[in-house]
Amino acid sequence: MIVETGHYALVLAFALCLVQMVVPLWGSLTGDRTLMAVAAPVSLMQFALVALSFAALTYAYLVSDFSVLNVIENSHSQKPLIYKISGVWGNHEGSMLLWVLTLSLFGALVALRAKRMPEDLAATALSIQSWVLGAFLLFILLTSNPFARVGAPPMEGRDLNPLLQDPGLAIHPPLLYLGYVGLSITFSFAAAALIHGRIDAQWARWVRPWTLIAWMFLTIGISMGSYWAYYTLGWGGFWFWDPVENASLMPWLAATALLHSALVMEKRDALKIWTILLAILAFSLSLLGAFLVRSGVLTSVHSFANDPDRGVFILAILVFFIGGSLSLFAFRVQSLKQGGIFAPISREGALVFNNLLLTTSCATVLVGTLYPLALEAATGAKISVGPPFFNLTFVPLFVPLFLAIPIGQLLAWKRGDILGAVQRLTFAVGMAVVAGLILAFARGEPVLSVLFAGLAVYVIVGAFIETWGRVIAGGYSPVLMWRRAIGLPLSQWGSAIAHAGAGVTLFGLAATGWGVERIVGMKPGDNVNLGPYIVTLEDVERRKGPNYVETAAHMTIREGGVVVGKLDPSRKFYAHRSMTTTDAGLRTIELGQVHIVIPEQNSDGSLDVRLYWKPYVTLIWIGSIIMFLGGGFSLADRRLRVGYARRPREPKVQTAPAPAE
Amino acid sequence: MKKLWLVFVLLCLSLAPGPACAVQPGEILADPALEQRARELSVELRCLVCQNQSIDDSNAPLARDLRLVVRERLVAGDTNDQVMRYVVDRYGEFILLRPPLRMGTLLLWITPLVVLGAGLAWILVAWRRRSRITVETGAAPLTEAERMALEKIIEGR
Repeated sequence: MIVETGHYALVLAFALCLVQMVVPLWGSLTGDRTLMAVAAPVSLMQFALVALSFAALTYAYLVSDFSVLNVIENSHSQKPLIYKISGVWGNHEGSMLLWVLTLSLFGALVALRAKRMPEDLAATALSIQSWVLGAFLLFILLTSNPFARVGAPPMEGRDLNPLLQDPGLAIHPPLLYLGYVGLSITFSFAAAALIHGRIDAQWARWVRPWTLIAWMFLTIGISMGSYWAYYTLGWGGFWFWDPVENASLMPWLAATALLHSALVMEKRDALKIWTILLAILAFSLSLLGAFLVRSGVLTSVHSFANDPDRGVFILAILVFFIGGSLSLFAFRVQSLKQGGIFAPISREGALVFNNLLLTTSCATVLVGTLYPLALEAATGAKISVGPPFFNLTFVPLFVPLFLAIPIGQLLAWKRGDILGAVQRLTFAVGMAVVAGLILAFARGEPVLSVLFAGLAVYVIVGAFIETWGRVIAGGYSPVLMWRRAIGLPLSQWGSAIAHAGAGVTLFGLAATGWGVERIVGMKPGDNVNLGPYIVTLEDVERRKGPNYVETAAHMTIREGGVVVGKLDPSRKFYAHRSMTTTDAGLRTIELGQVHIVIPEQNSDGSLDVRLYWKPYVTLIWIGSIIMFLGGGFSLADRRLRVGYARRPREPKVQTAPAPAE
Repeated sequence: MKKLWLVFVLLCLSLAPGPACAVQPGEILADPALEQRARELSVELRCLVCQNQSIDDSNAPLARDLRLVVRERLVAGDTNDQVMRYVVDRYGEFILLRPPLRMGTLLLWITPLVVLGAGLAWILVAWRRRSRITVETGAAPLTEAERMALEKIIEGR
């Protein structure tokens, strides 16, 4: 019964969407406050129903209800509890349910804060959000029902794909979805603003926190996925420029651009047309990602969505929302007037530069990902666009971007002094040169690693020049400095921290050039030199886990005769799926990692072993966590400030003095 | 979007009899300079049975065969270009992870430049139009109502 209740809740949620699609929208267009008041409670109800539905599926997994097809295909009664839970979204149907859960969650969150914005804008945005939610609910109900039962339940399930039986599955998709789907709120607000023709600095103020939330989770979600790949996939890579990864990178690039352009819109009432367009594009890229991954267009890389009906359905959703919002945009764009005026050398100018490069890199990834499909459709010629292409086109775009970050942070609004900014960066440049020299001396080749590491140091130090200048403005007395530091707006700290985080990630990427790799056959007792370390294979052990058999190698890492760590890389064989996975042995030493994989056991008893020493590699992910925290600081600040915006007594009060309409 | 990183590996695992991860110890050439070149070339070549993995990363038997072919040619004294030509002649351009510049791939390669150029042009036009408007209208003088409001604010202080 519980499973059917879950299914029924999903249908009810869809019915509520039908109400929400029409009633508040109509109310906002006719100025009927009663109709508009429907929006918030209905959004909360939608969330409650979808959550109930999600809970029902989770319950089916927890009790291993093998009369449900989805549970049979993806679970097993012996599976550890955490994978029973994360297995809920470890498949197409369940992950769609997580997707709509997140959609309705954001709707509910906006509904809770709706009192702080004009009721017509909130009502319209919630209505648009329900259009999106409704489309995906219909998709689930018609093509991907997770609650389907089977007539003759088997005794045992087929188990979750072993590669997915990892804490990574519990963490990565929910975080990533918060990011992808968070962009839907920005989209809904953009559409609502277009419908009402009210596009001004105030709008940017309401929307920026949501964009920031989406960006934070997208950042951390992508990064956690990358770490997961790094430790499971077994060859030490963390980014492969796979279409599926690109599908997540594109919304991130667009969201990063949006975050910055919305800042200009909020502070200076400028770049309005562009910001609205970006808000639409960012979510469109999210939808495109969903389409690419689930449609089977990229059948070759994708393992589950092989039902062409699903592809056509998502394509229809994609065309409807992108087409609809762009038409609305085209209809309104003439009536939009740009606000604040600024000189090319100014904070605004720097942010325009940022947007130019981010948009170009986003377009490059988009074209690179879709080009082979398009070319094959047009001419039948098959080509590959892989990592060498992306590295060659992406890096030249990101170098000027990183160079510009600290300069942009030091430019004043409206008209900046670039010479002054560069002068204030002398210290950062000096630090970069010193760091570069030290690294060149200590680690040597490749030159590119030294240069990029220097660039990273410049970005990290440069990020704090502005805040540091303010902290010491009253002199070097520690008490005064502390008072000034905590007196600074949190958003200023947030921006400094997030940019420094980008620099930290860059440092980690630069350092990959100093990595050492060894590929050898080893028997117990053998030693291998690995950078500064000597690694010994002590012995090989066979163990039995709950649903697998494991071959583990015990290895010891020594530096100058002193043991610095022990590692147990292993291979697991899952009998239910007759599949083997490799678990890398990872040992973090300072900021670097020793990464050992045993891909093969040979017939003579020796092991094929791949060993890596990757200095500073953890900085890649630590940087993203710092970026996430920076976003959090900024958000904490915003919440206070956004709270000041009161609900206007009459719906059409002009809040901003600028000529917005 | 889910199984983000793993999908293409799944495919490889399903095709390969057992995971034998990428370069195996037995394949490595004795000459480190040649081996280095072999690795550099392997990164540019696609494993044809598992999408979007280079033969350097892939476990598939075919990738292993290709790695051996590359090494054989290098040992035979081929230059890097000759090795690439040898492989392309047999497997087609599909094997190149960095597509060569042709009529068909022109658009792909110039995309970054075109977008960058178009963006710059757009910014320039928008900025010039804006500054012209400012020059023509000048800084608009305050209206009577604005002046009153301003005085009120100043007096209020």
